[in-house]
Amino acid sequence: MNKRSDMAKQHEGSRLFGYATHFIFIVYSLICVIPVLLVVSVSLSSSESITNFGYQLIPETFSLSAYSYLLKDPTELFRAYGVTVVVTATGMLLSLAIMTAYAYTISRQDFKAKNFFSFYIFFPMLFNGGIVPFYIIYTQYLGLKNSLWALILPGIVNSFYLLIMRTFFQTTIPSALIESAKIDGAGEFRTLFQIVIPLSLPILATVGMFTTLGYWNEWFMSLIFIDVPSKVSIQYLMYKTILNVQYLLQHNSSMSGSKSLFDLPTESIRMAMCVMGMAPMVVVYPFFQKYYVKGLTIGAVKG
Amino acid sequence: MIRSLKLQWPLYILLLPTFIVVLVNSYLPMFGVILAFKEYNYSDGIFGSPWAGLDKFAFLFNSSDAWLMTRNTLGYNIVFILLHLIIAITFAILLNEIKQRFFVRTYQTLLFLPYFLSWVIVSYIGYSFLSGEHGFINSFVLEKLGMKPINWYSEAKYWPFILPIFSVWKDIGYATVIYFAAIIGFDKEYYEAAVIDGASKWKQIRFITIPLLKPVVIMLLLLQIGRIFYADFGLFYQVTLNSGMLYDTTTVIDTYVYKAMMSVGDIGMASAAGLYQSMVGFLLILGSNWLVRKINKENALF
Repeated sequence: MNKRSDMAKQHEGSRLFGYATHFIFIVYSLICVIPVLLVVSVSLSSSESITNFGYQLIPETFSLSAYSYLLKDPTELFRAYGVTVVVTATGMLLSLAIMTAYAYTISRQDFKAKNFFSFYIFFPMLFNGGIVPFYIIYTQYLGLKNSLWALILPGIVNSFYLLIMRTFFQTTIPSALIESAKIDGAGEFRTLFQIVIPLSLPILATVGMFTTLGYWNEWFMSLIFIDVPSKVSIQYLMYKTILNVQYLLQHNSSMSGSKSLFDLPTESIRMAMCVMGMAPMVVVYPFFQKYYVKGLTIGAVKG
Repeated sequence: MIRSLKLQWPLYILLLPTFIVVLVNSYLPMFGVILAFKEYNYSDGIFGSPWAGLDKFAFLFNSSDAWLMTRNTLGYNIVFILLHLIIAITFAILLNEIKQRFFVRTYQTLLFLPYFLSWVIVSYIGYSFLSGEHGFINSFVLEKLGMKPINWYSEAKYWPFILPIFSVWKDIGYATVIYFAAIIGFDKEYYEAAVIDGASKWKQIRFITIPLLKPVVIMLLLLQIGRIFYADFGLFYQVTLNSGMLYDTTTVIDTYVYKAMMSVGDIGMASAAGLYQSMVGFLLILGSNWLVRKINKENALF
């Protein structure tokens, strides 16, 4: 009797525990999502609504005027998207190409200098010269100020990803396979392209995804290297707009021409800019996230 | 290596592009640290500029800035490491208790969302809450509580609380996924045996999950301690909107170096502070790796 009521109590307890767990996650999920919704909501608020009630989760009166101003002359916005897309695509493809070649080589057991070249990649993870010499080399010696290469080159080799790739090659590509390709007369390049790469698609997809996210969200290199409007990326355009909505407006003839700045819904334009900037990421996110998590567990192997 | 070069030359061609990029991005700047001992001028370049000895370091460490940025960098990182550890492990353990896959996936997706947003977007989110004029906190929360609005971006004293919130908000999803992946890898038999013995949920967590997590936790913790001298520049620069009035509580080594270089244009001071960070950071990584090796050789970075 006593024992049964004990078990019932325990059962009751674990049910309560289950509810509490769901409650915690529901609350925290809302904490993750509501701030994003607040930005969207402000971008859809009318100026009067913002002046009278401030930023609200559900605006008093809706208005699409911020978006119609932004999209009336979207040159600025589209150019920024263009810069980000070009930098991200070029950077990701080049990065995968050269890192694969390097990682494959140092993964080869029969490569004599593999220890030296592994250490060459590893050491920068421990010690770096800092941004000051880096900045001076890029601007004074390579002349990359205001060049898109200054946005691409810094992120092109990542020691950590490269070592993950090396470990993948070491553990999944049998050296007997490479050996037999060699016996069949395949050269090094042919072995890499026709045998190793087709077997390595999971790790290439994973690192490609990490790199894409890195380039897409990158703004620091623009901050130090770019000061011409034509090479402003989407993140950098957002950065400039939050400090000064006028930045967006002064380059935009349709906005500054017809009306004075005071009539413009500057508050909602600012947030609309943010929504336009984060929209692509939020749209691909559910898909992206799923594979990203899978990739993280591939990457969990030791470098 | 010469013989290997002759025999295996195609492999060296494969190495070449990355080798050059790393040389430019990482190794040349390493030699560039001599800037910290020079009176840099643009026309003479890194090697041509006259020597300044230890002047920059003397100046830096005699100013109050050196202590301020060291205190902030270390202080914030310790708080972040502890908060991330406690919250992420709690979330990972609780997530493991949910048996319906649909909910696990949904919660994980929502928790992970902020990690994918850039710090620029997070600065907008911060602004929508904290803006003095229209921000949600001032015009809704404080208004409802009958309190006076606060100028968040000019009151330094609130930021030691605001910054950890944003740090946790953005990165906790990532840490949770890492710990969760470790937990679902544990052998189910331990739990089955525990259930047969009548162990409660709490006892399973206390005596199975947490002890099994320990090696993962120790390794990640030591890696983070190795990086404790480096701050997340985006958090301290973007989320604060680089507001000068928040200097005392938001200046970290990374933002100091950036401002000395880009706004003040004092290359010498910037590189002195940068070298201070690189050197101490290097020693900390070596030290923490040495510790990992002592505990468990398998987990050591090198």
